[in-house]
Amino acid sequence: MSSDIERDLIHQSAATLAQAIAEGETSSREVTQAHLDRIAAVDDRVHAFLHVDAEGALAAADSVDARRAAGEELGPLAGVPLALKDVLAMRGIPTTCGSRILEGWRPPYDSTVVERLRAADVIILGKTNMDEFAMGSSTEHSAYGPTHNPWDLERIPGGSGGGSAAAVAAFEAPLAIGTDTGGSIRQPAAVTGTVGVKPTYGGVSRYGLVALASSLDQAGPCARTVMDAALLHAAIAGHDPRDSTSIPDTVPDVVAAAAQADVRGMRIGLVRELSGEGYQPGVEQRFREAVGILENLGAEVVEVSCPSFDYALGAYYLILPSECSSNLARFDGMRYGLRAGDDGDRSVEQVMSITREAGFGAEVKRRIMLGTYALSSGYYDAYYGQAQKVRTLIRRDFDSAFAQCDVLISPTAPTTAFRLGEKVDDPLAMYLNDVATIPVNLAGNCAMSLPVGLAPEDSLPVGLQIMAPAMADDRLYRVGSAVEAALQDRWGHLLIEEAPSL
Amino acid sequence: MSAITRGEVAHLARLARLDLEESELDHYAEQLDVILQAVARVSEVAADDIPPTSHPLPLVNVMRPDEARPGLTREEALAAAPAVEDERFRVPRILDGDDE
Repeated sequence: MSSDIERDLIHQSAATLAQAIAEGETSSREVTQAHLDRIAAVDDRVHAFLHVDAEGALAAADSVDARRAAGEELGPLAGVPLALKDVLAMRGIPTTCGSRILEGWRPPYDSTVVERLRAADVIILGKTNMDEFAMGSSTEHSAYGPTHNPWDLERIPGGSGGGSAAAVAAFEAPLAIGTDTGGSIRQPAAVTGTVGVKPTYGGVSRYGLVALASSLDQAGPCARTVMDAALLHAAIAGHDPRDSTSIPDTVPDVVAAAAQADVRGMRIGLVRELSGEGYQPGVEQRFREAVGILENLGAEVVEVSCPSFDYALGAYYLILPSECSSNLARFDGMRYGLRAGDDGDRSVEQVMSITREAGFGAEVKRRIMLGTYALSSGYYDAYYGQAQKVRTLIRRDFDSAFAQCDVLISPTAPTTAFRLGEKVDDPLAMYLNDVATIPVNLAGNCAMSLPVGLAPEDSLPVGLQIMAPAMADDRLYRVGSAVEAALQDRWGHLLIEEAPSL
Repeated sequence: MSAITRGEVAHLARLARLDLEESELDHYAEQLDVILQAVARVSEVAADDIPPTSHPLPLVNVMRPDEARPGLTREEALAAAPAVEDERFRVPRILDGDDE
């Protein structure tokens, strides 16, 4: 083990790295430097990062090493590097949300997620690329250019958290933080062959997370193994009085559940509405094989119906734009961020309009106008009001499915990674990527995506989605680690090890 | 039938403080129309007796102790401002010329 680690720090899991640092086989500085070197070597092609904070990361690593040397007991991820999605505020470090309107903004405070990462002695390498204000499924809506999928650089890495998923898949970091409003952790995980978890809404504090849709947004872990995701989940989750929607209950023991890796006796529901038309044959094939694995492992798989899921996409693309049109009103060019057209003569209204026109990209403008429309008098009841009712029906569908089943499963995304440029100016085609991930955001429960193979037709990764009830996040890890172990037995390695070396 | 006209898009842009260019109006009118026709499916659900859900958590009136804690200093608050004058945010004029 010792010589392996010296040779190849970037290919280790976070758990292995943390243990090696704790046992003095390597140092946090060596591990951090190895990842900074990897970023320097490949990120001109992957473009996962918008900002790399080498100085801050090495200083934090040295602090971990010094305290370790002084005999201090440190946490289970101490000294391990991480990539942070650029939608979370980090004091003094540029936070753009992938938008021109925040170019150069350095937050004067830390988000709670960043505070907890620092408290866990996780080393933050830098900020990752994303679709502007997290609106998109491909990172092509980033104002700073797209991220490329490490499996095929001509293809999308998913979105909005394509930078975080690609950083993990390209071995630029063993861990990353994503945020998931309609699938922005899970869909990138699926198309990059990595693991991503959307925790229960309210499970991870939103303080310092720049809001897209406040009733849907949730930060969560990205990793290459289920156990690494669990360790990161445990580090960032828990009640925060600064977020009024934060759940005060104790976080389920996700690390113990990942170690348990046992599905015997569990009832698993296959959601009928999340398959069929629009799902790529290779995606369905790998999904069916995963169902077979779960049965072999001793789970009972039954089919369940969630009829209202057919309306989830419509409800989501009314509720999200409505909330976002309101949340993004704060970008007015007055106290921070871009200001354009202020010639000393124009009024504040004119300057605001010119600033927002110059600072926002096409998808953001589309959704702001869509939300403004859905909330306007005369249309409110037919659009926003009706969408809220659909949201109730989706919750009820989940409730009745979870009355019969411990977890539900589906493919994470209907297709594998598509080509850059293919859907960038076809909003509806882009939105359809989220068809299987959106119901969970609307209902507020939790879900995981993990890799279950490559689609035979294009040799690109396919994700399995596992959904659990609110505050039963531990079930995701219990099932996910069991599937991961069975596949690793079959292949002799993790799927990500089949990715091109770049 | 189209759900949204070019004139309506111009109105929405004004409400949303977006100084759209003429060419953008046509483009967005077309795209918003396609999106609205798709999302309008939610109206197929007969839902007269269904209560709306605005939020996934049933939390109400969440309180915390009203304790003083440090906020931003003036320098921190102004550090990112596009324009500063006399240690304050400088903003463009807020009244139209006619009102002066």
